[in-house]
This record gives sequence, structure tokens and C-alpha cells, in this order.
Amino acid sequence: MKTPRFLLPAATAGILALTLSACGGGGGGTTGGGGGSDADANMDARGPITFVQGKDNNNVIRPLIEKWNAAHKDEQVTFKEQTDQADQQHDDLVQHFQAKQSDYDVADVDVVWTAEFAAKGWLQPLKDKMAIDTSAMLPATVQSATYKGTLYAAPRTSDGGILFYRKDLVPNPPKTWDEMMGMCSIAKQNNIGCYAGQFSKYEGLTVNASEAINSAGGSVLNKDGKPNLNTAEAKAGLENLAKAYADGNIPKEAITYKEEDSRQAFQSGKLLFLRNWPYVYSLMSTEGSSAVKDKFGMAALPGKSGPGASSLGGHNTAVSVYSKHKATALDFVKFLTSEESEKFYATQGSLAPVLGALYTDQELVAKLPYLPVLKTSIENAVPRPVTPFYPAVTKAIQDNAYSAIKGEKTVETALSDMQKSIESAGAGS
Amino acid sequence: MATELGPTPVKSPASGGTPVHHAPKGVGEDNRIASQGRWASWLLAPTIIALATVIVYPIISAIVMSFQKDAGLDPATGLFTAGGSAGIQNYVNWLAQQCSAPDGGTVACPPGTLGGQFWSATATTFFFTIVTVAFETVLGFWMAMIMAREFRGRSLVRAAVLVPWAIPTAVTAKLWFFIFAFEGIANKLFNTTILWTGSEWPAKWAVVIADVWKTTPFMALLILAGLQMIPAEVYEAAKVDGTTAWQRFRLITLPLVKPALMVAILFRTLDALRMFDLPYILTGGANNTTTLSILVINQIRQGFNSAAALSTITFIIIFLVAFIFVRFLGANVVEQSGATGKGKK
Amino acid sequence: MTTATADATTLRARQDKGRKAAQNREKWAQGRTYISALIVLLWCLAPAYWMVVTAFREVGFTYDTSILPTHVTLDNFRTAFDTSFGNRFGQALLNSVFIGGVVTVVSLLIGVFAAYALARLNFRGKFLVLGFILGASMFPGVALITPLFQLFTNIGWMGTYQALIIPNISFVLPLTVYTMTSFFREMPWELEESARVDGCTQGQAFRKVIMPLAAPAIFTTAILAFISSWNEFLIASQLSSDATQPVTVAIANFAGAQPNQIPYTAIMAAGTIVTIPLVILVLVFQRKIVAGLTAGAVK
Repeated sequence: MKTPRFLLPAATAGILALTLSACGGGGGGTTGGGGGSDADANMDARGPITFVQGKDNNNVIRPLIEKWNAAHKDEQVTFKEQTDQADQQHDDLVQHFQAKQSDYDVADVDVVWTAEFAAKGWLQPLKDKMAIDTSAMLPATVQSATYKGTLYAAPRTSDGGILFYRKDLVPNPPKTWDEMMGMCSIAKQNNIGCYAGQFSKYEGLTVNASEAINSAGGSVLNKDGKPNLNTAEAKAGLENLAKAYADGNIPKEAITYKEEDSRQAFQSGKLLFLRNWPYVYSLMSTEGSSAVKDKFGMAALPGKSGPGASSLGGHNTAVSVYSKHKATALDFVKFLTSEESEKFYATQGSLAPVLGALYTDQELVAKLPYLPVLKTSIENAVPRPVTPFYPAVTKAIQDNAYSAIKGEKTVETALSDMQKSIESAGAGS
Repeated sequence: MATELGPTPVKSPASGGTPVHHAPKGVGEDNRIASQGRWASWLLAPTIIALATVIVYPIISAIVMSFQKDAGLDPATGLFTAGGSAGIQNYVNWLAQQCSAPDGGTVACPPGTLGGQFWSATATTFFFTIVTVAFETVLGFWMAMIMAREFRGRSLVRAAVLVPWAIPTAVTAKLWFFIFAFEGIANKLFNTTILWTGSEWPAKWAVVIADVWKTTPFMALLILAGLQMIPAEVYEAAKVDGTTAWQRFRLITLPLVKPALMVAILFRTLDALRMFDLPYILTGGANNTTTLSILVINQIRQGFNSAAALSTITFIIIFLVAFIFVRFLGANVVEQSGATGKGKK
Repeated sequence: MTTATADATTLRARQDKGRKAAQNREKWAQGRTYISALIVLLWCLAPAYWMVVTAFREVGFTYDTSILPTHVTLDNFRTAFDTSFGNRFGQALLNSVFIGGVVTVVSLLIGVFAAYALARLNFRGKFLVLGFILGASMFPGVALITPLFQLFTNIGWMGTYQALIIPNISFVLPLTVYTMTSFFREMPWELEESARVDGCTQGQAFRKVIMPLAAPAIFTTAILAFISSWNEFLIASQLSSDATQPVTVAIANFAGAQPNQIPYTAIMAAGTIVTIPLVILVLVFQRKIVAGLTAGAVK
């Protein structure tokens, strides 16, 4: 009959106490308005900092940090390594920034998150006292780090889509999409698939779909950041993919492809053309199971009447507004984007540098023979939509492009739905 | 006097009438009720406090946030500013599948937004739950029966049964993704060219197969423990009485294992309704395999307050399912002594 | 006289036939058991076999679909334990075992207390308490991450072991409590009574008579708790630091030599390594799991 009397009040008190303590520390949700005062703080402070980045596959960051630490005894850099999953990296940064933590001073930010983080007031604007020199950097990379006219991050590495082709079957790579589709008869003769990119429903599909739309002369967003998909060019671009899939020029299984699956298909000789990132170059040339070791070439993506517009990849480096030692952070950012470091990224890690001059550097071209092709690709690259609503925008693109390619809806309907979804995302809450 | 809980006690005739199976009585309740209440408080306190801290606090904070609007973009500065109070608008938007319109009102969510996926995600979640729990119960029962038998090599079988569940989900999900790749071992072995992760029903079955493989050991283990509580003499006596195997199963095994079985099914159902890892890694939620938890995670990236509303809606759905389960399927899991016994079932 | 002998012979013959028939049925039943056991083995181990075969395969041949092992190498195992690039798989294994152990012991303890109260004691609000405990299993775990992250940041417990142990205990508690409650309700408590009549204290009676009978339930719950904690990823990925990360996070941190490359072979190697101690644990304790109500214990 006796209720556990003190239990209920005790539990309630406990919960209240916790709620109050947590509320004080900044409960969830985004409140970017306070960016002003945070951005002004600690601009001259120096001291130890932490650099956070995703997995350092090619071992380029650790040696650089060691080098910095040797030269800066009082401003040591600690490396916090995340996983190699973009989603996890994004969420990890969001958790820390949302809680206004000062434990991440310099963060490696994917090109597509920069606008989102900037709009939430988490990134230090790199202007006035914190300005850096971007004149030597490829324009597309700077564009991806700029939001509302202000630079919020320093471009560090880049990436562009490349067309891999079987040079034993096709001596001269196609320059336009129609030309490439015309060569599909060669694929049929050899009983292999013609073309594949990444068409599974994930970020890679946004990359491929944007490339298709941009290469045909259309664009996802217009200059004001509003969606602009109901155009003939966008329709032509997406139609290219849908038609190729329906005709079988894009093999049916390509709808499940991510980077690795498509690489595997090309590498085992099952594809004539492949759109992928440059990272596959070393794997295709050296892996034991590769059937195309000396048989493949690399070219710029085919466009409407010339090189196509590849989607820009790569990473920018940003300073957190909550950092306590921003002067050190800025110097570290400048160090990471210096010419010497950029060269190191290329030689050690096969990562594309952001400094245009390096693409014609003899030493680098010797190491990475595809550098000139990559330069063309990046020079013609169009960043994926630079918008603070990127997660919603990429979902709108993915869902509808996926349905369009599979033939579940017409290209017009897909584009119109894409348009409406992006409008709805930008409408606020 | 003594109230009956649980199955009817089975007296084994062979062992001279000593009841080997008995429902617990409320021992001396009339005299010791007051001290029992205090005892109970102390015994239950750690549990309540642990749960209140880790789970109740976040639930309350999530519910509080669900009544706020997500941050909107201030067109002048380009920065996000905190939205104000939203009342129940977030909830209405999810249930009615409405999204914000550029002119300020709401409009039916177009395909390609998260808001338009609520009801299909609910349907998918229920599909996965019902199918996986059904398979896992039947398979788990079968495995438990085998593990309970005496035969050479049974310790090997018992260890083998746990392997699927012991492998971390991170590895299992990648393993099945690997197996179900177009060029993977599944298509090779069965000589098929199914696009496992590329079309709706293959994707759904891929998730079901992977989940059943992974979680059947959980059911098998709990059911086995339940089976172990049935004394062998009961079966012996029944055999002497001339019953068939099926009759023994129906009249002895099932009723006596029912408590453990019900706990297993209930918890497995609750877990299945919150399924996340497997479909997320296998298909990314594509082809109509998005569950409610996947929808929540995706929404967190777009606006946390709306995600909090969705989590609360999910919570309510799961609560309703559990309520129906306990109330109408006779799971004796929340009974108190003196409440409806299970005599009839 | 002859008829009697004839009758006796026929009777014996019939008895022999009956016995043989029964033996045959036994053999059939045994045979069926073995076949069923084989099917269970195949079902459970076939995908695990594929995991092991891939673990031993060279990275360059990851996508080879030969069923028998080809291109066998130990490299993947070396890669898994390689600490030069910040991988801490060995440390993570120890972390997982430690966290799992603490979670299991504590949740069992707390759970047994709670289950005893719920199964044996009578008090008002029992329904509420049971509902509350069950309700804690109803909230989507994915939504708990952010509030927990902020809570533990505010109290300064980020990256500590307790930040990983306490949430895991809370996740496992509802199942522990419900399982133990359901088993305690089936216990022959009058044995405890008779033990006390025989002179034991309540505590002694509980320990000496009830606990052995509850052994299968306790070991089963222990395994459930341990493996649940072992499998947990979401919370651990947010709340752990490099030093305290468990095995699930460490495996997620594996990366290929190139960006975008998924290190399947290394992940499978890690999975193989991780499964072995669990299998051994189960083999060692499997007798306890299936200990039944033996007449000896009753006596």
C-alpha cells in the first residue's frame, strides 16, 4: 500500500536539476545570431590548438603537423582524426559547434558544408585581420568557400570528376556526350557495359546529376541561390542519364553503384567508360586483380560541345568562431595552404592542390600524369549548390534524380519536384 | 489467499506430489505491506535513477524542443536565427505531410523532401517489424528446441548460434552490403542478377534477411532459457500418458515457455520499431526502406526541432504498439498480483 | 503347456518388435535432430564463413567471389592491429571488454534487485514502475545522441568510461529487469520458505536455493547485456575519445589506403577477431546457460 514515496520526488528533482544544468550550457537547435560577439573574440590569442579532420588515408597531415610542432614549441597542434565517412564527420562537427565547444580550433570542412556552417555562425569570417590571400587559387575552389560575398574557409585540396576510358578499345576519348553514346556500339561488340558513374541514392548521385545538368548548360541554383531547374538545359542534362539507362547504355546494376562498385566494374573490364574521382588511378594501375592495368586513359568529362562541368570535390579549412587561439589557428591555416604543403599533398597523397600553378609543375606531373586532365576538369568545375540548406537540397536532388534515372517518373516531373522541394527547404523552418 | 500468476501449476505425479512448478504467492502481504513498499523503493531506486538520467531527461528536452520552430534564414545577413515557438506546427507538418511554402504558408510536401516520407516510413517500419519478428520467433523457437536437446556436438551448435549476434553490427551491416552487391556472393551463389539494393522488394527482403540472421540468436537464447525452466519430469509424465509430440508441444511447451517468449517478442518488437543501423548501411533508406529512425537522423541534419517532434511521434507510435501488445495479447509483463490471471490463454 | 510357451514366445517377439520399433523411432528422432542441427549450423555460419574468407583475402582481390579461400594472406589482420596511423584496435578491444563487463555486472545487480521487488513484493505503483521501465525502451536511440552529448559535455564527462558505461546500462536495464522479473515469477519460492524453515536466513535461502535455479536466467541475461553493450555504436561514436573508444567505433575508423576506398578486408578481419573471444566465452559458459531445474538443486 505504501507507494515508494520519496522515489518520485527524488527522480523529478534529479531530472529538473539536469535539465537546468544542460539548458545553461546551450540546449540543442541552432542559434546562429550570436555569431557577432563570438567572431570578435580571441582574434589575437595564441596558444595550442586542435585540428580536426576525417581519416588521413594518405598520411599527409601527420607529417605536416609534426613539422609545425617542431617549429612552434608554444603553439602545438593536436590532431583529432574522425572516421572516413562524410556523414559522421559532418555530424561530429555539428555536435561540437552546436554546443559551442572550443575544443575544435581548426576544422577540415567538406566543400558542400561550408555555406551551411557559415550561415549557422560557426565559422570565422576570413577577412580584415583574419584575411588570407586567395589570388593564386583556382576560382571554383574559392567559390565553394565563399558565402554571401565573404570568405569563410581556406580552400585546401580539390577534386574533379574524370572520364576513364579503355584506350585499347577507344583510342580517342569522346568530347561530347552524344559522341560517347555513339561509341556505345563498341561496348556492345565487346559485350561490356558502356558508361557508368555513381547512381546509388547518396551524395554521389547529387555529384553525377549536377554534372549532367551543368554540362548541358543548366544549373541547379541561379545566381541568387534560388532553384532554377525548370529549364530546357536542365531537362536535356538529366534526360541524358535517364535515356542512357533506359537504352541499356548505362547497365542496370549501375543504379547500385557508389565509387567503389563502379571502380570495380571498370577494373574488371566490364565497362567502356567510367566517371569517377582521380583516386582510382593508382588502384587501377597497381591492384592485383586489375584487368585494365595499362589499358585505360583519363580525359575530361564530356559536355554539350566541349569539356563538361564536373562537380567540385575537395576540402576547405576553417577556423571555429569558438576557438580560443585564433591567431595561431590562422597561421596554421596559412601553413596548411602554403605552396609547400600543397605540393606535399600532391606528391605524398595524390590529392589535387588548389594552387593553379602547381598543375604545370614538372615534378608533380611526373608523379601524377593525369594532372593536366585534372586541371581542365577543375577549371571547368561547378561547385554543387552553395547553400546553407545543403542537406535538404541534396536530398531533393538525390530522390528525384534516382526516380528519373530508373524511369519511375518523367524527367520533367522529376525536375519540377526537385524545384518545389528546394523551394520548400529554403522557405525556412 | 494465494492468487495465481503465470501458468497453471503442473504437478508431476511421479515425484509424489511435490509441486515442482508454482505460481508465486503474495507472501504474508497482509502483514508486511508497509515494509514491502519501503523495501521496493530501495530496490528499485538505482533502476529508476539510471533510466531517468539517461533516457527521461533527453526525452523531456526533446519534447520541449519539438515545440520550437527550426532556425530560419534571415535574408539580410544570410545567417540562421532562432525560430520562435511553433506550438504543435511541427507535429501537424509531419502527420499531414506538409512543408513550408515559399510564400509563408504550408503546402503538401513534394517528393524529395523528408516531410513527404512520414507515412511511407511508418508503413516500412511496420512491415520490417512484423516480418522480422515473425521470422525470428519461429526460427528462434526452432533453434532453441534443438539447443535444448541432448546430442553430440551440441555445445558447438550453441556457440555457433550466437555468432551472428556476436559480430558487431558495424561489421554485419558491411558484410551483408558486400554479400548483396550486384557482383557479390549472393548473386553468384544463386546464379541470379537481382539488384538487391537497387529495387524495392529485393531491398526490403535484403534488410529482412540480414536482420533475421543477425537477431534470431537473441530470441533463441531467451526462449532457450524459458525452455530450461520446464522440468523434464513433466515431459516424461506426458509421454507415459501417451501424448503425441505435437500435443506435448501445444499443451506443455508453449504455455510454460510463454512468459519468456512474451518478453522476447515484446522487446524484439520495440527494437525492430526503432531499426536503424541495418537499413541505413545496406540501402541508405532508398527504395522505400526508410524507417522512422532513419527519417529522424536525416531530419536532424536539416532541423533539430522538427526531428525532436518526429522522435516524439515515433515514441507515441511505439508506446501504442506496446500497449496493444500487453493489453490484448496477454503478455504478462506488466501484471501485478491479483490482476487478470492468464488462466484462459 | 505348449500354448503357454507359444504365448510367451509371441509376447516376447512382440515386445522385441515393439522395442525395435521404439529404437528405430529413437534413431529417426536422433537423425532428425542431427539434420536440424546441421541446418542451423549452416544458416548461422555461412555468412560468417564468407566474412572469414574475405578476411584472409588480399586487398587487391577483395571482390573475388570464389567460395574457397584464394589469395590467402595475413595482411588484413596486421593492418587491423597496426597502430601507426592512429588505429587503436587492440586498445579498443580491451575497452569493449571492460565496458561490456562493467555494464553486465552493474545492470545484472541493479536488475536483480528491481526484479526481486517487482516479482515478489507487493506495492502500489507497480504497474507504473513497470510501464516506466518499459517506456525507456521506446524512444528512438538516434534522437538521444544530441541531448546526451550536451549533457555529458556540461558535466565534463566527454570521453570518459562512465560516459559510455552509464548510457549502456540504461539501454540494457529494461530488458534485464523484465527478463529477470519474468523468471523470478516462475521460481518455486516455497523452496526458499522451506529452506528458511530449515534454519537459513532469508539471504542464505536466496543465495543457496534460488540463485542456482535462476542460473540459466542470470547467465542468459548476462550474455544479452554483454552483447548489447558490445554492439552499441551510435552513442559510443559521439561520447568516446581516442583512448576510450570501443571496438565498434574503432572498426568504423578503418579506412582504405585511398579516400573513398572501403577497407572490406580489414573490416572483415576485425570482425573475425572480435567474434572469437565471444565464442570462447559462450563455449565456456554454455553449460550454465542450459542448466535446468535438476532434482539435486530442488533437494
